[in-house]
Amino acid sequence: MIKPGYYGQWGGAFIPEILYETFRELNATFARCQADKTFWQEYVELMSTYSCRPTPLTYAENLSRHFGGAQIFIKREDLNHTGAHKANNVMGQGLLVKRMGKKRVIAETGAGQHGVATATMAAKFGFACTIYMGEEDVQRQRPNVFWMEKLGATVVPVTSGSRTLKDAINEAFRDWVANMDTTHYVMGTVCGPHPFPAMVAWFQSIIGIEARKQIMQHFGKLPARVYACVGGGSNAMGIFQGFLDDREVELIGVEAGGKGIATKQHAARLASPDASPGVAQGYKTMFLQDSDGQMCDTHSVAAGLDYIGVSPILTDLWEKGRVRFAAATDAEVMAALDLTIKQEGIIPALESAHAFVHAFKEAGSLSKDEAIIINQSGRGDKDIFTIAHAFDDPSWKAFIREKGKQYAAD
Amino acid sequence: MQLTETLRARRAEKDILLMTHLVLGYPSLAVNREVVRQMVDNGVDCIELQIPFSEPVADGPVILKANQEAISHGLKVRECLEFAAEMAATHKIPFLFMTYYNILFKYGVEKFFKKAKEIGIQGFIVPDLPPEEGEEYLNLAKKYGIAPVMIFAPTSTDMRMRELAGYGEGLVYCVARRGVTGAQTTFDAAFHDYLAHCRAATNLPLAVGFGIASKADVEVLKGKADMAVIGTATIRLVEGKGPEAVGPFIAGLR
Ligand SMILES: Cc1ncc(COP(=O)(O)O)c(C=O)c1O
Repeated sequence: MIKPGYYGQWGGAFIPEILYETFRELNATFARCQADKTFWQEYVELMSTYSCRPTPLTYAENLSRHFGGAQIFIKREDLNHTGAHKANNVMGQGLLVKRMGKKRVIAETGAGQHGVATATMAAKFGFACTIYMGEEDVQRQRPNVFWMEKLGATVVPVTSGSRTLKDAINEAFRDWVANMDTTHYVMGTVCGPHPFPAMVAWFQSIIGIEARKQIMQHFGKLPARVYACVGGGSNAMGIFQGFLDDREVELIGVEAGGKGIATKQHAARLASPDASPGVAQGYKTMFLQDSDGQMCDTHSVAAGLDYIGVSPILTDLWEKGRVRFAAATDAEVMAALDLTIKQEGIIPALESAHAFVHAFKEAGSLSKDEAIIINQSGRGDKDIFTIAHAFDDPSWKAFIREKGKQYAAD
Repeated sequence: MQLTETLRARRAEKDILLMTHLVLGYPSLAVNREVVRQMVDNGVDCIELQIPFSEPVADGPVILKANQEAISHGLKVRECLEFAAEMAATHKIPFLFMTYYNILFKYGVEKFFKKAKEIGIQGFIVPDLPPEEGEEYLNLAKKYGIAPVMIFAPTSTDMRMRELAGYGEGLVYCVARRGVTGAQTTFDAAFHDYLAHCRAATNLPLAVGFGIASKADVEVLKGKADMAVIGTATIRLVEGKGPEAVGPFIAGLR
């Protein structure tokens, strides 16, 4: 018999005793919401009025011509309110929090998209909000820190460990074990202890439900392949769920190859031989860890993919051969970003650009009467500093110098 | 079980027992060795050796930093086991391992139990392993005669406490309050009520930890619990005044 919260041998709920009752309540509320059809209706209604659902499926005509193979479609999660798929999960959990009657939400964030989405939801629903963010990510995603604070959230930079996403998750847990009576932890991805993987996957399934309908409408048949970047795995699980039962649709998850798999400076859990089974942050999955079980420092240009673990649901699908994994390097990501901006006038987030890299590598080898879908999980605006720096943009640098001078003179 | 009996026998002679804690490799195994000696010489009844883990979610800033520094100085699990073997062979009191589940899991859960038994460790405290996830762990604890210490929390219901007690051996670790290690605890009416519920749920010795740092704190627990757990306080003391300060501090607690 498979225990609840397990996907094959992966998942579980490795929680401290102090949270036992909190999880009991959370599981019960989640089960009630899933059984209540009006809950999903309320969710879809909210997402179509407060956000821009259904998000469009854009035919990338120029990129399709450029590669001369499959017809390329882009699922536009960047057009969600707050600029990424993260809003789907957050607004869903916000409705859950209202039902539980809690008054405060906390969250971890890497790229800052989940933090901004949570701060936005808190502002709309009238919750207090604290966001934990690794100090390194605070530096590289500064625009999102600014917006979180403007939205009324307290942003706490986390200085322990590798100062990235995993450390932010630990700090959020430390807050939660002290404040669970009033506070809900809005986990940002399909990781962590059960029921989070199931819950986040459920809310994100809205992407795949729409995408399947849209590709049938626009193209008349199922796509040959679907590509999504994988940090924790929520946008990937979101779109993949629309096609899991269609065995002819190949699903490809793209992880952060960082400076190259051989350099060990990457965050490829399933696309590299470097990860092994482990239990941390409340769940069992493949982690990038050493032979003692200590977690490694990961690297990616994309803060949202720079993480040691991966969804237990995806690890199971990988083990069963249903999802194929690949990695894209930082350098490949910049090239794909440049090409997409120039060809289509679309600016993907650095995270999303990983999926584009791999789709571009394979598009040319497919025939013109086939389609592929790339899940564009978010928009690149948040990455303006990183992208400008990577392109070594002279006029941007001049502007920053000038601004710096003005502030220094104040 | 050996641990339960040892603690009961000691408790028959004292109002309250003392369990101390240290993070292995912080600031160094050499300092740990001296700290353990001072603790034992001054009458502690049981010592919790924490094997560092890179993601210690149940620990506050002081113990978190100790974990991470020990690892960044290159401490290996193998060295922790060797050190523990030396301590258990040198000192007559029971030693326990406190660590997170991934350390056991990665080592091989059965291999870890076997090794611990071999070197004379009497119990394990694993805060991120609820019994629901610990089937293999609990079976191995029986097989190797190592006490799987269960944890009670102020949020645990009476039913849950009784359920946990059924899985536990050695002692029950009662977390004194919400939150992580290191912060202060207020010993109010709710706290005493909580301890009464803990007492009613089990006959195992009750150890109370989180925020116990002074003689006055230990005094509060007399008659309500069997053992006071001193964690962060000695780490702070060693950081501030060196290992020599540990002996007098322990001596002054009872
Ligand atoms: C735009 C964007 N895409 C992808 C991710 C990665 O998360 P996940 O794998 O859960 O979709 C993030 C995370 O911060 C993100 O902001």
